[in-house]
Amino acid sequence: MLTLPAGLHSRLRERPPAPPRPAPPLPPPAPAPSSSPSPFAFAPRRLRLGLHHPLLEDGDIHRHLYLQGVLTSLAEVAERPKVSEFSCHISGCCQVFDTLEGYEHHYNTLHRNVCSFCKRSFPSGHLLDIHILEWHDSLFQIMAEKQNMYKCLVEGCAEKFKSSKDRKDHLVTVHLYPADFRFDRPKKVQSGPKHVSSPVKQGVGVPMDVSMETSEPFPVDPMEIGPSENMEIPHPAASPGLGVPEKRHYKSRIPSTICFGQGATRGFKGPRKKV
Amino acid sequence: MWGRRRRGAVPGGGRSAEELRARRREREAALRKARRQEQLVSKRLLREDTAEEGGQDGAESVPGPLSEDEVLQLLRGVQRGSEDRKSSLGRLRRALQNKETQQKFVRLDGSIRTLIGLFTSSLADMQMEAARCLHELSHSSDPAVAEACLPVTSYLLTYLSGHSVEFTELCLYTLGNLVVESEAVRKQLLPQGIIPVLASCIQSPHEAVLEGLGYVLSQLLQAKEAPTEIVPLVLDSVLPQHMLRLVCSGLKAGTGAAVEFAWCLHYIVCSHTANAVLLSLGALPALTSLLLDMASEIPQDAPEGLELLVCPVLRCLSNLLAEETGCEGQIQDERLLIALFLILQSFFQQHPFIVQECLWLLNNLTADEPFFCSALLSLDLLPALLQLLPCSQMAGVLVLTVLCNVAEKGPAYCQQLHHQPALPLLLPALALPDPEVVGQCLELLHLLFLHCPEAAADFVRQGGHRALEQHQSTPELQERVRALLDMVGQPLGASTFSSCHAALSAFS
Repeated sequence: MLTLPAGLHSRLRERPPAPPRPAPPLPPPAPAPSSSPSPFAFAPRRLRLGLHHPLLEDGDIHRHLYLQGVLTSLAEVAERPKVSEFSCHISGCCQVFDTLEGYEHHYNTLHRNVCSFCKRSFPSGHLLDIHILEWHDSLFQIMAEKQNMYKCLVEGCAEKFKSSKDRKDHLVTVHLYPADFRFDRPKKVQSGPKHVSSPVKQGVGVPMDVSMETSEPFPVDPMEIGPSENMEIPHPAASPGLGVPEKRHYKSRIPSTICFGQGATRGFKGPRKKV
Repeated sequence: MWGRRRRGAVPGGGRSAEELRARRREREAALRKARRQEQLVSKRLLREDTAEEGGQDGAESVPGPLSEDEVLQLLRGVQRGSEDRKSSLGRLRRALQNKETQQKFVRLDGSIRTLIGLFTSSLADMQMEAARCLHELSHSSDPAVAEACLPVTSYLLTYLSGHSVEFTELCLYTLGNLVVESEAVRKQLLPQGIIPVLASCIQSPHEAVLEGLGYVLSQLLQAKEAPTEIVPLVLDSVLPQHMLRLVCSGLKAGTGAAVEFAWCLHYIVCSHTANAVLLSLGALPALTSLLLDMASEIPQDAPEGLELLVCPVLRCLSNLLAEETGCEGQIQDERLLIALFLILQSFFQQHPFIVQECLWLLNNLTADEPFFCSALLSLDLLPALLQLLPCSQMAGVLVLTVLCNVAEKGPAYCQQLHHQPALPLLLPALALPDPEVVGQCLELLHLLFLHCPEAAADFVRQGGHRALEQHQSTPELQERVRALLDMVGQPLGASTFSSCHAALSAFS
């Protein structure tokens, strides 16, 4: 038990700090040492310790025991809010949920970053914006003939390219992206019946009239998840009637103010156990 | 601890308290060994507690390994576009909790590719289950398993800008686990743009996301190559100011995230390349203020685990103060000393490592600043300081070093020290077995006798001679012992001193 003088806690709470007491004066500097050196070597100095210093070992071990979930301090696990089954309110989507997290994730995956021209959904607003620009903006095509318009997909990289192939090469060689990166599929020129050869999420392509999703045969590539099992894709009956150049200013993104849950923090803190 | 997270029971079925303690000791020994080899690495596991898994409170059983064939069946089950694909995926996730099953799975042709396909599909619940599978794999201690996940990193980064808190969190912890796997992984992640993505992500309002983000960063910053390859990139971004903000607001909300970012700051400060940036962001006053806040929380409202935040904050302050350049803006606030001792009082029994961490800071405060030396005396904290002497060898040396810092400031300080009284506590220190502690004690006595002849006389009166003589033959001590014996051998007030104490003429 460490005994401390009384009243420290309240002194701590005093604000503002009292002006520093004048410290007693230091002695004048000692004269030069004589011929035989003193065996006493002490000199005050601030210690600067590196990452692997022994003094820090115990604290580091404690930190890592925490990461590994071995410390025995426990807290309550918040119950996941129980809700009765409900369905997605987006028209045409018939998915049903029994947890709010499940709904949140579904919404964000399928309905949030959706191109209103062609109904493809994207993992982020950033990729959606690029898609709209490159697929549905005919001005883009015109400008792309004269200057480099294809933006690199990696956040923080400002490079632009004159074709989507050049961009892909850049992604692969500089950013070490996989050559078959799913959100940068090469566009296919469409002719005849409107037909998409890949599942919902697409990268770039030629701007064109709105295409409707059609059923796909089960694809061969193990990575492809065909939409035939996908009961969640909305297929709105009404034609948006888009694909007209002036419509590029149409607000095709879901407003980012959509918010889930109550209370100050948005989204949910999952009551997951860190093990 | 931070509200929603449960720590504790290591997975492996119901275990008694004794078994848990034994397990903890094992882990601790392994961690110590790893640290001494400078290979201290840990991963974090996020695991759902679903109805069919959890047994009694805290207990969980990891499934046994499956045969090659069974694993293959599971894989086929998720490759087929059938009704029960989802339940196959769930069974796969559960099976992948087992290390051997993991190893068998990654060896199967097309297995990772299939998982990635599900992970990047727009089937939200499949995507989430696939993410959980990948997370289990990322946590593996077998490099072959973790590295099999490498093709997924570009997608993990892409999804970090999404909005699903649960999914983002999972991606973050998976990423954090992969980051520590090898330098090769980091060599892939850096060009893939991990730093700019994290810099955007840190502006999220969700605590769970921030904590995961802090975890990723802390793993990145512990890398061997961090000082040259990673820290400069971090410093170039908006990350430092947000990290500092999140650490300093960590007592009110998001303590879990604050802990992670505090450790990040510690790793950055240790790299010694960043401190100008941090100092210019006001790290010193901000962290000082946080320390004061933390000290006032204890013991009444202290959240459990506060020591995990206190520790890195102490370290940052100590190392920032030790910076050669531009540390003149040091805080001269005696409340800092009060905070230190309140923290010591609260933690030193349950978490003894805090003692050396606090004493290190105390040394750095008192070394050059008479202000803190006199505050230590006027706040009457010396008795408490001396009580820490016997805690450990490291604590003993540090306590005596701090006292030397004080004594070195001159006669006024020495007199106050002497009148505590200090000698009755220093004499027993001379009997301690460790030569380093005793040596530091001798240095202190030298300073005391130098500036305060009264102390020398009292020392003799209290039997100091004998206490010194016992060390006459210890190699690293004998020279100093003899010098001290000479000092006290002189009659009080004598004007002739031996030549090695010329400095005494300063006050005669």
